[in-house]
Amino acid sequence: MIRLENVTKVYPDGTVAVRRVSFEVLKGELCVLLGPSGCGKTTTMKMINRLIAMTDGSIYIDGSDNSTMDETELRRNIGYAIQDVGLFPHMTVGENIETVPALKGWTKAEQRKRAEELLELLRMRPHEYIEKYPRELSGGERQRVGVARALGGDPPVLLMDEPFGAIDPITRLELQNEFLKIQQEIKKTIILVTHDIYEAIKMGDKIALMKEGQLVQYAPPADLLFRPKDSFVAGFVGADRGLKGLQLIRTREVMWKSPPTAHPDEKTEAARKRMKQYGIDRLAVIEPDGKFRGWASASDAQGAGRVKEITKISSVAAGKNAVLSEALSLMLTSGSDVLAVVDQHNRLEGVVTFETIQETMREAVQGGASQ
Amino acid sequence: MTEVYEFVLSHPDMVARWGVDHVTLSLVAMVIAAMLGCTLGVFIAGKGRERLADGVLYLAEIMMTVPSLALFGLLMLLLGYMGLSAIGFVPAVITLIVYGQLPILRNTYTAIRQVDPAVIEAGRGMGMTERQLLFKVKFPLALPVIMAGLRNATVLIVGIAAIAALIGAGGLGVPIFRGLRNARMDLIIIGGVLVSVLALMVDGLLSLLARWMTPRGLGVESK
Repeated sequence: MIRLENVTKVYPDGTVAVRRVSFEVLKGELCVLLGPSGCGKTTTMKMINRLIAMTDGSIYIDGSDNSTMDETELRRNIGYAIQDVGLFPHMTVGENIETVPALKGWTKAEQRKRAEELLELLRMRPHEYIEKYPRELSGGERQRVGVARALGGDPPVLLMDEPFGAIDPITRLELQNEFLKIQQEIKKTIILVTHDIYEAIKMGDKIALMKEGQLVQYAPPADLLFRPKDSFVAGFVGADRGLKGLQLIRTREVMWKSPPTAHPDEKTEAARKRMKQYGIDRLAVIEPDGKFRGWASASDAQGAGRVKEITKISSVAAGKNAVLSEALSLMLTSGSDVLAVVDQHNRLEGVVTFETIQETMREAVQGGASQ
Repeated sequence: MTEVYEFVLSHPDMVARWGVDHVTLSLVAMVIAAMLGCTLGVFIAGKGRERLADGVLYLAEIMMTVPSLALFGLLMLLLGYMGLSAIGFVPAVITLIVYGQLPILRNTYTAIRQVDPAVIEAGRGMGMTERQLLFKVKFPLALPVIMAGLRNATVLIVGIAAIAALIGAGGLGVPIFRGLRNARMDLIIIGGVLVSVLALMVDGLLSLLARWMTPRGLGVESK
């Protein structure tokens, strides 16, 4: 979908900002341009929509050379979102989102419909926000509108320069998660620039790591973490790559599906036996309707009685799409080495143990080392 | 004070004549100055024209420091040399335009330059042409500051237009200077008060206009 071939940028004063960078982003993929500041990642991105003119090389978008296209036409078909958002302060949220549709000559009604759709997509109630002005929005809301505006003309390609940069960490996490969900729906081809390795690992299908204007490694996040090409990559991903790798794996991929469970009205005797049978010391207790209630441990199940009398009620559980770092964090804060994985109705889907996580990461690191 | 009343009541046509002349003179000068100043201001605010901008603004400042009387005189010489009429309406208008340039130019230039670069980049990145950027983004955002410059220039022009009476352009300067020559306090007061009233009125009108034109989202109250 987007192909860069030996793209080079030399400034008039002789500074080489980007040197012979080549990579290809497939349709529907999210590619992260990552690197320390001044590595040429933003310059590379801006050459795609020709905000910066390239010195040498070529860029193809959907097969056609971007240098042969009309500059404004090219940009109207590439969504563009930047860190400082740059919403037009004199226009309403609606008018901001309608910018590209208006430039493309859509009718007023079509423009408004598009703005409403996009606000809906970004979980902002259209009737509440469409007539507001940017200064009436919070930082996070502005970023959302910025993304909505970038999607305005329904472009196949999206360029994002630190789009989640200028907001507090909690809102940033929220927006990242939401954006990933949205991307599942809209399947745009995206190039996202960031210097934040966590964001890169979380968001990217592929990561292009750059250094001093050159592309060092272009690979999926797991490869970057566990198969770093050289010492620069290894250094950049950091010594805690195991921890970062936890972000790449979701609980549903490693959880014990349909583990043995206990019912509250069961005799403790039966529960104890089941634990012994599976060689575990704890059972998830679930209600007849499948809802997760808590844990029954082997040490409490010695006497007679019902399971509900020894159940330690717990509300700590992870979703099946949670990444392992979240799961691990829940375990650490709840002081338990097992974690329930539940669906949105709190029904038990599976169980993740500390050992599972350990094992998974050991495999990942070894897999990397052996190649 | 009674002399003032008596004079106005006995010569309403004369007072009206001076007033109308003054308004016409100021208005023509103002409209041309605004068009010229805004265009030039936008032009010198363009990319890579920093040095030109410095030069133009410097020149406008120098013009401001020349006493208005001297400027009228200089212009008379210049126009006379060019074989044009050195007295009357045209030289007066030209002088007033020159005087109005600095506040308009400076404010337009500053306002355009101060538009948030992120906003401009976003606009350009979405495929706005330079023209669309100017008229849909930069200009509306710069408007409050440009309007402040226009108000400044207007008050200045209405005031200095009184001096235009000296080169035969008429206006409210006529009773003022006549009063000075003949020690007629009533004439001085009529001219002086009317000039002030006119300046205040025009300023008030422009302030309303500025408020009406300022985009709602900016939340800038014009004073």
